[in-house]
Amino acid sequence: MIRVILPAHLRTLAGVNGEVKLDVEGQVTQRSVLDALEASYPTLRGTLRDHVTQQRRPFVRFFACEEDLSHESPDAPLPEAVARGAEPFLVVGAIAGG
Amino acid sequence: MAEKMNGVRVLVGTRKGAFVLTSDAKRKKWDVSGPHFAGWEIYHLKGSLADPNRLYASQSSSWFGQLIQRSNDGGKTWEPVDNKFVYDGVPGTHQWYDGTAHPWEFKRVWHLEPSLTDPDTVYAGVEDAALFRTTDGGKTWGELSGLRGHGSGPHWAPGAGGMCLHTVLLDPSDPRRIFIAISAAGTFRSDDAGETWRPINQGLRSEHIPDPTAEVGHCVHRIAMHPTRPNVLFMQKHWDVMRTDDAGESWREVSGNLPTDFGFVIDVHAHEPETIYVAPIKSDSEHFPPDGKLRVYRSRTGGNEWEALTNGLPQSDCYVNVLRDAMAVDSLDSCGVYFGTTGGQVYASADSGDNWAPIVRDLPPVFSVEVQTLS
Repeated sequence: MIRVILPAHLRTLAGVNGEVKLDVEGQVTQRSVLDALEASYPTLRGTLRDHVTQQRRPFVRFFACEEDLSHESPDAPLPEAVARGAEPFLVVGAIAGG
Repeated sequence: MAEKMNGVRVLVGTRKGAFVLTSDAKRKKWDVSGPHFAGWEIYHLKGSLADPNRLYASQSSSWFGQLIQRSNDGGKTWEPVDNKFVYDGVPGTHQWYDGTAHPWEFKRVWHLEPSLTDPDTVYAGVEDAALFRTTDGGKTWGELSGLRGHGSGPHWAPGAGGMCLHTVLLDPSDPRRIFIAISAAGTFRSDDAGETWRPINQGLRSEHIPDPTAEVGHCVHRIAMHPTRPNVLFMQKHWDVMRTDDAGESWREVSGNLPTDFGFVIDVHAHEPETIYVAPIKSDSEHFPPDGKLRVYRSRTGGNEWEALTNGLPQSDCYVNVLRDAMAVDSLDSCGVYFGTTGGQVYASADSGDNWAPIVRDLPPVFSVEVQTLS
């Protein structure tokens, strides 16, 4: 079970409170986690990644285990603690005022 | 089932959410609902003429991109619909501010124009400029790429707000005719329901482009039409207020005695096709009312002769702007006129502009104002 923490706006959009829990088939990577997230909550499509290129939106960042994983390959394995559900995968809106 | 009411519903898009303001036909006491989508930029929301309870809203943010929301109950509840706006084929390039080629990139939806007859059909004007359409209530969007691909696209350039398709006018007498306007490209017309397009900018003169009378490149801020006279269009260009009497084949200036002919909004009285409204703004770069006085100007002669409307509007120390989608009229008798400001006020006049009062004073900066007349 993968734990994902979304920023408040996306929790509202997805209609969830607190953490999202996902079953991810195969290797646990950014891509597989986001694929599972979007499959469970289709309204999130396009809010984290570009619809076509699947690239991370510029003001979205991914953290886990006190590390910034935003610039890791989307197909790189996520930390083992995320894969076994001990630590959450955090989707964070970049600090950008507003 | 949404309840019916006699009166008006004012739909306000702001930098931090949407607000729905309702009143009876007297338009004195207002109920304010919102913010809907708090914290998100709501560039525009608009209701269907065919089904007034069907509303569409453009919701966006720099962080999470574009969403489209739909309401089936007059704005009480909303559901997200498809947000996939993908250009047809290879997007190509347009001009950047310095004239270099810049790739087309989708940024946001500026304007949603529901069909006059089908609540499931909506046109979306987007940045970078293109026109999209849904015919299934927002489940899917497709580009009407004959506009972007008709040939002049590489010469379009962004205005200060981006290269946006901000106005869509549908001809009530001819469902195949559509007018759109783009900053900074100009005005375009389709006579075949959006398949093919051509620029209609003859008569426009813009000193900030290399050829002031070029076919495209004009920073048109807004165009407006009275539904009974779809061949007559009024335009607020970056500079100059213009009109055409032949569906855009030729334009002539009607700025007349305006204190400045720069501005963003322009609209037409609901019952008097020759009565038009603008909100003159000081420019370049200041973008606030001249002399700190917020004045709507009205012409009852289709332009050239203008009178200042000031009753109830601040006449000192006012430095707000009125953005291009932030004026609308209702069709009650007498005609109501509404506009919103970047200072968060929404002003209403229930007597064609003679007297004004704020409905609300302290919203986030107002991007858009639309009005539904309910009966």
